[in-house]
Amino acid sequence: MKDITNKRYLKDRIYISFCYGALAIALVPLLSILFVTTSKALPVLNAQFVTQLPAAAGSSGGGIANAIQGTAIMVGVASVVGIPIGVLSGVYLSEYGGRLSDLVRFFNEVLTGFPSIVVGLFVWGTIVMALHHFAAIAGSIALSILMIPVVSRTTEESLKLVPKSLREASLALGIPKWRTTLSIVLSVGRSGLMTGAILAVSRVAGETAPILLTSLSSSFWFSSLDQPVATLPITIYYYAISPFVDLQNKAWGAAFLLIAFLLGMSITVRIAFGRRTSA
Amino acid sequence: MSDLAYKMQTIKLSAWYGPRQVLHDVDLVIKRNSVTAIIGPSGCGKTTLIRALNRMHELSIDGRVAGKVLLDGSDIYASEADPADVRRRVSMVFQRPNPFPNMSVFDNVVAGLKLNGIHDHRRLKETAEICLRKAYLWEEVKDSLQKSGASLSGGQQQRLCIARALAVGPEVILMDEPCSALDPTATAKIEELIRELSDAYTIVIVTHNMQQAARVSDFAAFMYLGRLIEYGDTRQIFERPTMELTEKYITGRFG
Repeated sequence: MKDITNKRYLKDRIYISFCYGALAIALVPLLSILFVTTSKALPVLNAQFVTQLPAAAGSSGGGIANAIQGTAIMVGVASVVGIPIGVLSGVYLSEYGGRLSDLVRFFNEVLTGFPSIVVGLFVWGTIVMALHHFAAIAGSIALSILMIPVVSRTTEESLKLVPKSLREASLALGIPKWRTTLSIVLSVGRSGLMTGAILAVSRVAGETAPILLTSLSSSFWFSSLDQPVATLPITIYYYAISPFVDLQNKAWGAAFLLIAFLLGMSITVRIAFGRRTSA
Repeated sequence: MSDLAYKMQTIKLSAWYGPRQVLHDVDLVIKRNSVTAIIGPSGCGKTTLIRALNRMHELSIDGRVAGKVLLDGSDIYASEADPADVRRRVSMVFQRPNPFPNMSVFDNVVAGLKLNGIHDHRRLKETAEICLRKAYLWEEVKDSLQKSGASLSGGQQQRLCIARALAVGPEVILMDEPCSALDPTATAKIEELIRELSDAYTIVIVTHNMQQAARVSDFAAFMYLGRLIEYGDTRQIFERPTMELTEKYITGRFG
């Protein structure tokens, strides 16, 4: 009897140590990325870095404020386009779901797994070609295409968590279906919706490939949606492959800002909606 | 065909879930300003029957209804009848209390008015107080009207749901085992409330609990396997049932 207990205890310990080991291995890349980025970025991070335009190549000083502004604008426009479409599509799938819903869901899944460069190529082939030049709006469109399936899916999932009894309670009061969806279902499921939207924003904020083909880059402040615009991911790319040490250091700084933004988003989601979405 | 004493009447009412027929040609009358209890073993179609009385059955996936349901003599399934309109006249209280968790106590009560486009604050306030008083809940919540509806106890939540159902100005109130999720004290309160409300409203209650049916109802209908077996005065049904099946069920020999 004692033997069996010991044996089980030993097995248990072995499995648990495997789990901890795997956890440690999984954390190594994450923590090293954070460590390296932070330590390389610290020397260049200052007020100038986040408020000024880039200095001429080779000369020191200057910042990447235009890239911060560009990313904010481009992701903002993409969200304004992509989030409503994604939410509406998720509402359709969860609340109405006619014969089309399986098809929509299938295309959503395909689109979720789409290589982002293909989406970039598509926008390049259609919009950029038509405009004859790179443009912020083209980047926004590419990003919104990437956002739609993510938002649609999280919307559908979070609306499905809203108990059927609440829909029935509302309909039984003679409240029309569209009103029920708007004021009861969407309102009760809103924390899940917000989570999905924020995750979609942070997913596309770091996208590089589609932007390379659509908005490219610029050394100046944002001028119009019709013109190329600087963004953090492209800035990182150009600075990192440049021969100047100063620019290479700035690439780390930009990378740090991007990671800090994404991390900030994730933490916001956890703090603001974490408890309620898991309930 | 319609008799003024009958608030509602079903004529050859049948209902299906997909291919499965759960109600077979039910002919039932529901008398005005009375409490009608629908009793019967699990799965006999009680819930489907009352859900067919305010067009909720058709909301279920594959839910389908045939036959007529007359409300004051006109068929609620007629092509010109609006389901939302029917549901405001024939309101419903569910098995489990289901207040809207995103709304305060006050907003829960007036949800049916607000979401149907009524925003006159004075009218909403008046309605809320009247309905909460009718549901015997006013004294308990009058100082916490802005609290979440979900913060109340189970019994209070169910009375809140009754107040909410009253606020849309129904003529008939359907109750689907309204006490099955409540403790005896809360149950007693709801039963008292049902008796009180039957002065002004026509009430149909589905219940599993024989004693409850005997306590609150004026008329009783016994259902079995989707058919209406016997209907009559509650007293007669419980003391001198004419059908053997009814007697067996009431005396607890099956079900």
